[in-house]
Amino acid sequence: MNLPSPTAMHDQTIARLGAGLAAGEFSSEELTRVFLARIEQFNPGLNAFITVTAESALAQARAADERRRRGEAGPLTGVPIAHKDIFCTDGVRTSCGSRMLDRFIAPYNATVVENLAAAGVVMLGKTNMDEFAMGSSNETSFYGPVRNPWDLDAVPGGSSGGSAAAVAARLTPGATGTDTGGSIRQPAALCGITGIKPTYGRVSRWGMIAYASSLDQGGPMARTAEDCALLLGAMAGFDRRDSTCVDRPVPDYVALLDRPLHGLKIGLPREYFGEGLDGEVARVVEAAITEYRKLGAEMVEISLPNSQLAIPAYYVIAPAECSSNLARFDGVRYGHRCENPKDLLDLYTRSRAEGFGAEVTRRILVGTFVLSAGYYDAYYLKAQQIRRLISDDFRRAFDQVDVIAGPTSPTVAFNLGEKVDDPITMYLSDIYTIAVNLAGLPGLSLPVGFVGQRPVGLQLIGNYFAEDQLLNVAHRYQQVTDWHQRSPVAFA
Amino acid sequence: MMEWETVIGLEIHAQLATQSKIFSGASTAYGAEPNTQACAIDLGMPGVLPVLNREAARMAVIFGLAIGADVARRSVFARKNYFYPDLPKGYQISQYELPVVQKGQLTIDLEDGSSKVIGITRAHLEEDAGKSLHEDFHELSGIDLNRAGTPLLEIVSEPDLRSAKEAVAYMKKLHQMVVYLGICDGNMQEGSFRCDANVSVRRTGDPKFGTRAEIKNLNSFRFVERAIEFEIERQIDLIEAGGKVVQETRLYDPDQGETRSMRGKEEANDYRYFPDPDLLPLVLDDEFIAAARASLPELPDVKKQRFVEQYGLSSYDAGVLTASRELGDYYEATVAALGGEPKLCANWVMGDLAAFLNKENRDIAQSPVGAAQLAGLLRRIQDQTISGKIAKEVFEALWAGEGDADAIIEKRGLKQITDTSAIEKVIDAVIAANPEQLAQYRAGKDKLFGFFVGQVMKLSKGKANPQQVNDLLAEKLKG
Repeated sequence: MNLPSPTAMHDQTIARLGAGLAAGEFSSEELTRVFLARIEQFNPGLNAFITVTAESALAQARAADERRRRGEAGPLTGVPIAHKDIFCTDGVRTSCGSRMLDRFIAPYNATVVENLAAAGVVMLGKTNMDEFAMGSSNETSFYGPVRNPWDLDAVPGGSSGGSAAAVAARLTPGATGTDTGGSIRQPAALCGITGIKPTYGRVSRWGMIAYASSLDQGGPMARTAEDCALLLGAMAGFDRRDSTCVDRPVPDYVALLDRPLHGLKIGLPREYFGEGLDGEVARVVEAAITEYRKLGAEMVEISLPNSQLAIPAYYVIAPAECSSNLARFDGVRYGHRCENPKDLLDLYTRSRAEGFGAEVTRRILVGTFVLSAGYYDAYYLKAQQIRRLISDDFRRAFDQVDVIAGPTSPTVAFNLGEKVDDPITMYLSDIYTIAVNLAGLPGLSLPVGFVGQRPVGLQLIGNYFAEDQLLNVAHRYQQVTDWHQRSPVAFA
Repeated sequence: MMEWETVIGLEIHAQLATQSKIFSGASTAYGAEPNTQACAIDLGMPGVLPVLNREAARMAVIFGLAIGADVARRSVFARKNYFYPDLPKGYQISQYELPVVQKGQLTIDLEDGSSKVIGITRAHLEEDAGKSLHEDFHELSGIDLNRAGTPLLEIVSEPDLRSAKEAVAYMKKLHQMVVYLGICDGNMQEGSFRCDANVSVRRTGDPKFGTRAEIKNLNSFRFVERAIEFEIERQIDLIEAGGKVVQETRLYDPDQGETRSMRGKEEANDYRYFPDPDLLPLVLDDEFIAAARASLPELPDVKKQRFVEQYGLSSYDAGVLTASRELGDYYEATVAALGGEPKLCANWVMGDLAAFLNKENRDIAQSPVGAAQLAGLLRRIQDQTISGKIAKEVFEALWAGEGDADAIIEKRGLKQITDTSAIEKVIDAVIAANPEQLAQYRAGKDKLFGFFVGQVMKLSKGKANPQQVNDLLAEKLKG
C-alpha cells in the first residue's frame, strides 16, 4: 500500500517522533513548542484541554533533551502527551471535569503520571472529560463540551472525550484515558483513533480519581496500536499502593506487535450485530472483518447470551460505587464549599448540590437507592450475580476463540445536544463496551472506516492480560490499512 | 427485682497496638498536634487507595486464636456509609457480613467463685474516625484527623451477660486478654479500649428478649457498671409504669449518673454497607495462622492454673499474680532468683510491693525494686539474717534506692541477733526491769507473755530472732 509520507511533526506517530528525537532530527523542546502552538491555535474551537501547562512542559522538554544528551533516553523520552484530568498531577489543577474540584491542586502524582514521567514524557496539559467520568459524550463536563475534530457539530464521545479529540486533531500525539464502561474505547471510536482499556488490575488506580472502583481502569489513547503499546508498556505494572493491582510482569508489547495472524480465531458475538446496530456502521465493521480474513484469521460465530443484561447491571453497580466514592466531596476538607453555610447539613447539601452536575447527581441518587436497606438484595446483589454470568459468557467464548471482535459503538458520533436529555439512549451508546468492564477483560478500539465524515471503531476484546495480543491484532490491521493515518481536514 | 432478668451484650472497641494505621503508613502515636499524623489517605484525598496493614490482620488472628474462635480464611472489608465531618471519606471501612474472627468464647469468674462462659459472636477489623473538637472554636467545630484510620478490633459478645457485675467481669477479662496478647495498650483514658452496652430486661422465664437500648462510649469499668445499673432500673420502672422501652442509642452522663436518649430509631442511619471494591478479600493462609499461633503467649487462665499447680498457690493468689503478663513474669523471676519459697515470694509481691506500687500509682514495669533485688531481700528472711518485720524496713530502703538488701542490712546494722547468750542478756534485763509483771505472770496471767516479747524486741531494736525470743523467754519466765 502506498501510504502518504507525513512530514509535519504534529502528524507523526509517537514511534516515529521517538525515532526522530533519537536521531537528533529535532529536540523535545522544538517538538513540544509545535504541539503547544497547535493547542493555542485549535483548542479554543475544540475545548479538548481544561488546563495547558506550557511552562512546565517546556521545562520537562529541556530536561528530556538533557537526559538524551547524557545518553539516558528511552523510546518515550521527550515525547509530549496529555493526561486526562482525572489523574492527579502534583501541583497542577486536577478538576475531574467538575466544579467540585475546579480549584483543586493535587498534592501528589497518580502512579500512571509518575510512571510516564519516569519514562521521560512531557505533559502538555490536562484534557477535558465528562464530570467524574460519568458520560458518553463529554457533555457533562463543567468546562463545557468537547467538539469532534471530524465534525464540529458532533460529540467526541466520552468520558475521555478531550483526550480522544486532542489526539485526533493532532494537538498531542498521545494521551491517557480511563475506562469504566467504555470511556477509552467509545471516544477512540468516535474520534477515529486507537485506545486500549487494559485488564482490570494491569494499570495502577492510585491517584486516578475513582468513579466506580471495581470497573475503573486507565489506559493509553493514540493514533496507532504501536503507540498504544509504547505508552501502555510505560503505564502498566504492579503498584503496592493499589490493592487491586496485579503483580505480574509487563510484556514488551512493542516486540510482540508483528506476530502473524494466520490461524487466529476471531469470535463474532451474534448479540453485537443485531438490533440497535446502525446499518452503515455494520457494513464498515464487516469490511474490517473481511480484511482480517485476508490476514489469515478465521471467523467463528459465538454467543454472549447475557449481553443485554450488561447495561442494567452496570447502571446499578457503577452508581452504587460512585455514591460511596463521591461521598468524600463534602465541602469540609477540599473542593467546592458553599458560601456561608448556616449549619452542617446546609454545608453538605449546598456544597454538593452546587459542586456536582446533573448526571453525577443522578448517579449518586441511583447508587444511594440501590444500596439502601430493603433494596440491596434486589438491585446490588442481583447486579453482582449478573456480573458473574457475563464473565462466564466470556470465559466460555475464550474456550473457542482467541479474540472477540465487533463494533465499538452502535452508531458513529451523534450531534451535540442530541441525547443530552435522554440518559437511557445515551447509556446505550456503551452497549458493546460495558460488559468488558464488568468482566474485567481488556478491550481495544481501532479506526476501521467512516460513515460520512464520522469515524467507525472496531472493538477487539481479549482474554485476561492478553493486551499484547490485542495490540498485535490491531497493529497487523494497521500495517495494511490507513484509516489510522487519516486526519480531519480542519486540523491537517 | 427477682421477677426481672437483665440481658446484656457488649461491643468493645480495642485499638490495635500497631505502629502505623490500618490502611495507611501514618503513625498511630497518641497525643500529637492535631492533623500532624494524617496523610493523604487518612484525609480521604481524591484518588487515594487503602492498603491493609498486615500487622493489624495478624493481631486480629492472635485474638481469634486466644478466644478459641473460628479464624476466617477469607473475610471481607465493607464500607459503612454515613456523613460526618470527622469521617473523611464519607464511609468507614469495616467488616460486615464476613468478619475475620467468628464465634469464640471467654470464661469469666463470678463473685461467688463460680465461672461462666460468655459467647463472643464475632470480632472484626475496622478503622477509627477522627475527632470533632467543639471547644476552642467559637461557633465552629475543629476536626482532628490524627485518629482517623487507627486500627480497631470490634469485639461483639453474645447477649449472655445477666448483670452489670457480669458485664464488668467480662470487660475486665477481655481487657486483660488483649493486653496480655500485646495487641492493645488497654489505655482506657486515651480511648484505646471502650465499650458500647446493649441492655434489655425481660420477665424471668420469658423466652423472648426485651427491646434493647444501646449505651455508647463507656470508657471505664466504673461507668459501665453504673450506666448499666441505671439503665436496668430505668427500663424496669418504665415497664412497670405501663410504658415501653424504645430501641435507641443512649449516652451515659457520669456527672448525673444517668443515661440519656441520643437519637431515636426514626433518625437511624441506613449505612448502605457493601463490599469495599478497593480492597481484595482478606485471605489468610495456613502459614500466616500458624505463625500467629506460634507467637501466642501463655494465656491468663492457663498461667493461673499453672501457678496453682507449680507453686502451690491458692486460686485467688494465682489470679492476682497473673492479672498482667508483667506481674506474672516478675513473680516468676523472683521465685527463680530465690530458688524456691513461692509462697513467701507471693506474699511479698502481693503485699508490700503491691502496696508501694499502688501508693505511687505505678505498674509493675515501673517498680524501682527489681525481681532480683526483691529476691535478695527474701533470701535474708529465709536464712534468718533478718526478721519479717525488719524486712519491711529494708524494703522501704530498697524502694528508696539505697542499694541492695545486704548493703542496707549492713549499713543500718539490721542483722538479726541469733546469738543465744546475747538474747538471754536482753531477756534478763527485761525481767529485771519488770518485777511486777513477772509476779503476775507467774501467778497465772499468761497474757503477759506478749508484753515480755514486746519489751525484748523493743530493747533489741527488733533484731532479736523472734522464735528464739519466744523459746528462751518461755524458759526464763518459768523461773
